Amino acid sequence: MLRKNRRSTFILLIAASMIAAGVFRGEVQTVLAKAVNLCLECVGIG
Amino acid sequence: MAENKNRWKIQAAATLLTNAHLTGFFTGRIYRGKFKAVCVPGLNCYSCPGAVGSCPIGSLQAVIGSSKFKFSYYIVGILILFGVLLGRLVCGFLCPFGWFQELLHKIPSKKLSTQRLHALTWLKYGILLVFVIVLPLVVVDEVGMGDPWFCKWLCPAGVLEGALPLALVDEGIRSALGWLFTWKSCLLIGVITLSVFFYRPFCKWLCPLGAFYALFNKVSFYRYSVDHDRCSQCGACSKVCKMDVAVYRTPNHTECIRCGDCIRACPHEAIRKSITLKGEGSL
Repeated sequence: MLRKNRRSTFILLIAASMIAAGVFRGEVQTVLAKAVNLCLECVGIG
Repeated sequence: MAENKNRWKIQAAATLLTNAHLTGFFTGRIYRGKFKAVCVPGLNCYSCPGAVGSCPIGSLQAVIGSSKFKFSYYIVGILILFGVLLGRLVCGFLCPFGWFQELLHKIPSKKLSTQRLHALTWLKYGILLVFVIVLPLVVVDEVGMGDPWFCKWLCPAGVLEGALPLALVDEGIRSALGWLFTWKSCLLIGVITLSVFFYRPFCKWLCPLGAFYALFNKVSFYRYSVDHDRCSQCGACSKVCKMDVAVYRTPNHTECIRCGDCIRACPHEAIRKSITLKGEGSL
């Protein structure tokens, strides 16, 4: 159990690091720009 | 009898919170605030007029398919975070499209087993790899941008949550809908029809988000365990499991959406759920 939790904690830390790296690289702006405009592909316009 | 009678309340609350911009359904305008920079855990189209957050699968394709980035640390990090904390509990409790299929399955009709169709569960991993990652990355236009292939060609949630409510109140959108909308509507009708007879067909066979979270069921902090001293291997858990999991053998199987029906069905109280934060204790 302890070993499993170490593994999970390690994955959790990787996830946090990746989120921080993505924010630092400016990916959030790309996500926001897509999300606040109507996604034509999603609704089937093209 | 084994069914959790309160799960729908959490599913309803999650759907409402995910789509809290209720005025959008009347004005036909999507929410444009800063919360949209953050992904919701479940499959919920960001072009739904009620959506207050981003769809993680749509966002992943948007970043991978952009001319600036070829991998998204941000979105993959968020997905791993949800995955390692909750696993497919997200599917069972927090996903609006999953709940939609469950409601359809409550329509009185003959219910069919998916056990013989188990091989189809591998399809969703192929869709995650090909339609969400490879095609948006590889098939690009002259400025290096790729289409969101899954959203464009396969996702029925975009029609249900985006196109239909928007087209109802917006004449401009209504007139712009063409053959692609027709194709996606056919997919949606297919999923709706299958959902009446089969339990959560989209989640089992097609959903790339479920495929991603499935990879974390074995390592998530929220997990199930079987007390083998109590378990008689009677199979009562497997019989009630609508996701076709033999819980007494693999309590953290990739297909388990943590609905908890097996826990209530076990006559020996041998299955336990836990949020294990420390080595020995649990919450």
